[in-house]
Amino acid sequence: MGAPPGSSEVENWGRVQDAKAAADDGGKADMAPYETDDSTDTGEADELRSGRRRAARYIVPVTVVGVAAATIGLVPALADSGDPNLPKITAQQLLDKVAKSDVQQLSGTVKISTDLGLPDLGGLESSMLSGATKSGDGSSADPTAKLTELATGSHTLRVAADGPDKQKVSLLENAAEYSLIHNGKDVWGYDSQSNEVFHATTSADTSKSDETRATPKGLTDEALKSVDDTTSVTVDGTEHVAGRDAYKLLIKPKQSGTTVGTISVAVDAKTGLPLKFTLTPASGGAAVVDVGFTQLSLAEPAASTFDFKVPKGAKVTTEDSAEKAVPAPKHSTGSGTPGKSEKDLNKGQDDPTVLGKGWNSIAVFETGGQGIPTGGSSSGGGDLGGFLSSLGDQVKGSFGSGTVYSTRLINALVTDDGKVYVGAVTKSALVKAADAAK
Amino acid sequence: MSQAEVLRRVSPLWTFGLLRSELVTTFRRWRTLALLGVLAAVPILVGIAVKLETQDGAGPGRGDGGGGPAFIAQITNNGLFLVFTALAATLPFFLPMAIGVVAGDAIAGEASSGTLRYLLVAPAGRTRLLLTKYATVMTFCLVATMVVALSALTVGALLFPLGDLTTISGTQISFADGLGRALLIALVVAASLIGVAALGLFVSTMTSSGIAAMATTVGLLITVQILDQIPQLHALQPYFFSHYWLSFADLMRDPVYWDDLVKNLGLQVLYAAVFGSAAWARFTAKDITA
Repeated sequence: MGAPPGSSEVENWGRVQDAKAAADDGGKADMAPYETDDSTDTGEADELRSGRRRAARYIVPVTVVGVAAATIGLVPALADSGDPNLPKITAQQLLDKVAKSDVQQLSGTVKISTDLGLPDLGGLESSMLSGATKSGDGSSADPTAKLTELATGSHTLRVAADGPDKQKVSLLENAAEYSLIHNGKDVWGYDSQSNEVFHATTSADTSKSDETRATPKGLTDEALKSVDDTTSVTVDGTEHVAGRDAYKLLIKPKQSGTTVGTISVAVDAKTGLPLKFTLTPASGGAAVVDVGFTQLSLAEPAASTFDFKVPKGAKVTTEDSAEKAVPAPKHSTGSGTPGKSEKDLNKGQDDPTVLGKGWNSIAVFETGGQGIPTGGSSSGGGDLGGFLSSLGDQVKGSFGSGTVYSTRLINALVTDDGKVYVGAVTKSALVKAADAAK
Repeated sequence: MSQAEVLRRVSPLWTFGLLRSELVTTFRRWRTLALLGVLAAVPILVGIAVKLETQDGAGPGRGDGGGGPAFIAQITNNGLFLVFTALAATLPFFLPMAIGVVAGDAIAGEASSGTLRYLLVAPAGRTRLLLTKYATVMTFCLVATMVVALSALTVGALLFPLGDLTTISGTQISFADGLGRALLIALVVAASLIGVAALGLFVSTMTSSGIAAMATTVGLLITVQILDQIPQLHALQPYFFSHYWLSFADLMRDPVYWDDLVKNLGLQVLYAAVFGSAAWARFTAKDITA
């Protein structure tokens, strides 16, 4: 117990540790403290000086914080080394470049931010949507269920492609991933979170278009479809995207009444591949849709990327059985307007009729009497309906009355007699269209 | 002891003597062994729970589309996933709590039991003592993580089949590759705790009550974890030491997604630098009265 007597001279570390261990055990070592340290002088005259010296030591952590903050703040600014110098090009040449773009092999990371101005319901929303569209037994690996997740918030996707037969898109989630793999005839969806697999064959072509839709290229193709006399297209300088030099293509609707402000597309100067797609609403503010590569390689992806073997123990849903289990989650076909999310919002409805042209197109659905779209599920529709109508604004017109649901891009008017008008147009344009249709 | 031996001990090698004696002291404590025991029990509990739940053939978490810690749905198919699940389950709380206890105790514990002044008697210098203490805490981080990983691997191998595994990107990798990734993940998890360790050490230099230092460190840990869940603090969250902790799962993607992993490690180094130097500033300037 305690240090051996006579050990007041410190001889080695073992002793000190012995003393310490002994004290740890509850014993009390009886040794005189040695003030051998460099900074414990507590003389009265030294008080002020030592206080200053103490304060001076804190300069070190403060400096570390300062340097870190400066690095975090400055490095992105320094890395942004100005816009690249590229030869001048006309809008038409750039459009041709995009049209001729023939990038077959690529792999990269895509960041998608969507801000439709919907309330951020997080998990609640997806559970509502999936609860409404699938009857408990639906596979979480079904691509249509997963794509609705892209409609809000920020997501990171990984894409890889090798020719028209091999593509892969992965949605990175927290400690999980949803992969959609197209290899030859097979389309596989794999949800690692629940270990479920969705399998389809490409004769049903929808999955393939689902895959490409979320990339800048898919969105650009959609946007360029609507390039006609209602649209102005200009080249607006150059920029760096994912470390590549790119031209900026600016697409602006000439019509009034649309909620679409501008669409800006960064087109790779070398390959003509769209690298970044940004849609800004007419009301201003942050982009509604911002999709761009953050990293891109045009080398051939490893062949193993597209190999998919059903993991042990995974639950496999093939498209046929899914069709049986879920009452036909039919996709409404494209209406020509640039906002694709309306499809997801109106999944399960009949094909719409389209009013107007160009940017002011308005799709009209008949929901069959019910004033509020509940995604086809009648059970629980009351609660859901009350909740939904509290989110909208009541409007009246010569068509009768209805509720307008607004987002920053898409507005929808649900009339009390069960018609739904949807478009990337302003609220008043919707009412006008409803009046005209009456 | 001879004069020559005293001189030899002042050489750089001498630090290892101090470190060794610190390590032995730390790992001999009942408290440390109990913490490691609790950590080793977590994978055993998870493994047995999953085994019992899935005895009727249904996978875990099937009903609600996969709740619970990451990778839990995969355990029944491959025992190696128990390593990842166990690390994902212990990283948010159990592991940092254990680190908080050990780090918080490092200086304050010595002060409260009255042994700090004896440690400073020898020509060690406070800086060297602090570095040794920090190295000890980091060693504990590594040992604690490895205890969880090895316990999980053992339980996983006993209760569930092993073999080739599917990455979360849907590609297949061999079991050896999987083991390699598991080791890498364990190292990343251990490295994720560097920030907490530095924070705990700093708190430990602020007080001479070991209990207060431990409680403060664990309290800070819980506070930061809660703040990390509040959406309004979105702008601040990337700077919380726990924000990128679960990014270790990115090592199970194919190809590995490095962005968040790098951010995590960078953040831990930053915390170590800030709180390490703050601890140094505090410890070298303070009056040692106990």
